[in-house]
Amino acid sequence: MSLGEADIAALFITLKLAGLTTLILLLLGTPLAWWLARSKWRYKFLVEALIALPLVLPPTVLGFYLLITLGPNGPLGGLSKTLGGPSLAFTFTGLVIGSVLYSMPFVIQPLQNAFAAIGNRPLEVAATLRASPLDRFFTIALPLARSGFLTAAVLGFAHTIGEFGVVLMIGGNIPGETQVLSIAIYDHVEALEYGQAHLLSGGLLLLSFLMLILVYAVNRRFSLVLR
Amino acid sequence: MSIRARFQLCKEEFSLDVDLRIPARGITALFGPSGCGKTTLLRAIAGLEHCPEGFLQIGNMRWQEEKRFVPPHRRPLGYVFQEASLFPHLNVRRNLEYGLRRVPAAQRKIPLDRAIELLGISPLLQRKPHKLSGGERQRVAIARALAVSPRLLLMDEPLAALDQARKQEILPYLESLHRELDIPVIYVSHSPDEVARLADHLVLMERGRISAAGAITKMLTRLDLPLAQGGDAEALIEATVAAHDKAYQLTYLDFPGGRFTVAHKDLAIGTKVRLRIIARDVSITLEHQHNTSILNIFPATVDEIVPAGSAQVTVRLLAGNAPILSRITRKSAALLDLAPGKAVYVQAKSVALLA
Repeated sequence: MSLGEADIAALFITLKLAGLTTLILLLLGTPLAWWLARSKWRYKFLVEALIALPLVLPPTVLGFYLLITLGPNGPLGGLSKTLGGPSLAFTFTGLVIGSVLYSMPFVIQPLQNAFAAIGNRPLEVAATLRASPLDRFFTIALPLARSGFLTAAVLGFAHTIGEFGVVLMIGGNIPGETQVLSIAIYDHVEALEYGQAHLLSGGLLLLSFLMLILVYAVNRRFSLVLR
Repeated sequence: MSIRARFQLCKEEFSLDVDLRIPARGITALFGPSGCGKTTLLRAIAGLEHCPEGFLQIGNMRWQEEKRFVPPHRRPLGYVFQEASLFPHLNVRRNLEYGLRRVPAAQRKIPLDRAIELLGISPLLQRKPHKLSGGERQRVAIARALAVSPRLLLMDEPLAALDQARKQEILPYLESLHRELDIPVIYVSHSPDEVARLADHLVLMERGRISAAGAITKMLTRLDLPLAQGGDAEALIEATVAAHDKAYQLTYLDFPGGRFTVAHKDLAIGTKVRLRIIARDVSITLEHQHNTSILNIFPATVDEIVPAGSAQVTVRLLAGNAPILSRITRKSAALLDLAPGKAVYVQAKSVALLA
């Protein structure tokens, strides 16, 4: 038994989606996590609660609101249309936006914890050694938080691969365009194609396990406890 | 050249209110009990603590005034923290080079090799910080701060986190910095021993305020200050190596009040040294004793007498112009009829050579 063309397309879309989402989250999440770790703003907890929301929200709820926002009559979808683009619902771009929101806590929180664990001292030392704030961030904070980056990247990637509800709501199930692995599995099961379902499920199981082994092996102190 | 610092800082738990003027040379010790604001003052001088409305001038460099605040990374200072705080991801050499690389070549006055040699850390260069002992780590941290060729070196209890043996390991290095580099140092400490060995100038702090400041020899013997009231009151005498006695293995040291005799120490003639004389080891006689084993006897004048507890008094005497403290019983003081201006002899039972 081998993978059908649609399954291979779904695999590539999944990997592309997860890779792109992780990249965007690392780029956006690093300054945000740095700010969360360092800021003494008294209402910071509101931002933290907002970021943690996808942890507790049913994916369908998030997906539903995203569908409305990204659809042709929603603010983002409408904006895209005015600029001459497509409505964002049922497109790969829409999937990326949804995934970024859905996986955000899995990237932000490890980064925030890693930055907070550095503490003030190394940065103060660097300041007395002539390093400017940006210099301190790149030469002290980033290297000292590297295990946090590994954790964030792997969790963000793995969690995006595993998403189902949000994708189903906003991406639909267009083979070759928005159909991801988790949905392809669902389709196979519905069609009673247990062989294909086994192949894809087993592959995902193995991949996820391997990625987590990587995180735990590299960073023994790693814990999924979310502060 | 002097250092002028004026800071006011109100935090919930504590307030700092200081107006400090100290010479911009030698080692100035900030001394006081824990929580008196020594570290906060040092951090404010470094710019790590921002006191609005503060004023800070080091020689001709103005680091803070009214609205102007030079951020710490633009201040040519070195800072040694209580814990060595080496960067764990860099080896010793890279730690040393971190600051150095950020200093323009024209401003580098202390070559890295010199800092490495002064602190004796050349065998450690390739090691990672977690492979070093506490004492080694602190020596690397001091060398790292020196490598930026600071115009002012700030040290926050650099020995406090170390055990006695490690302290003894580092103190000689600090003394050699003092002798060989012409950098003003502000040294936070709550150890009278460190202060006596290192400081030239002493600033006493209490509850966020400066209670007294002055030259160390004067401050230690001011009877109105807590230093002279404690059980370990002591005087520091600055003396010069005058001669050695080979036969008896002794060294003679001159000071304005006479000549000290101490056990031989291998120091060149002319070397300036410090002697510490504990007040409890100093007795007073009205006549010069000749049939005694005590060698260090000097004529002196009683300057001031204050009670120390119910049974004792502390007497401040001047030998030449050098102040010496003596702790004797109130009864002895009465029997000798001691009063300010009276000419007496002081006998020092033991003298410690600090350098």
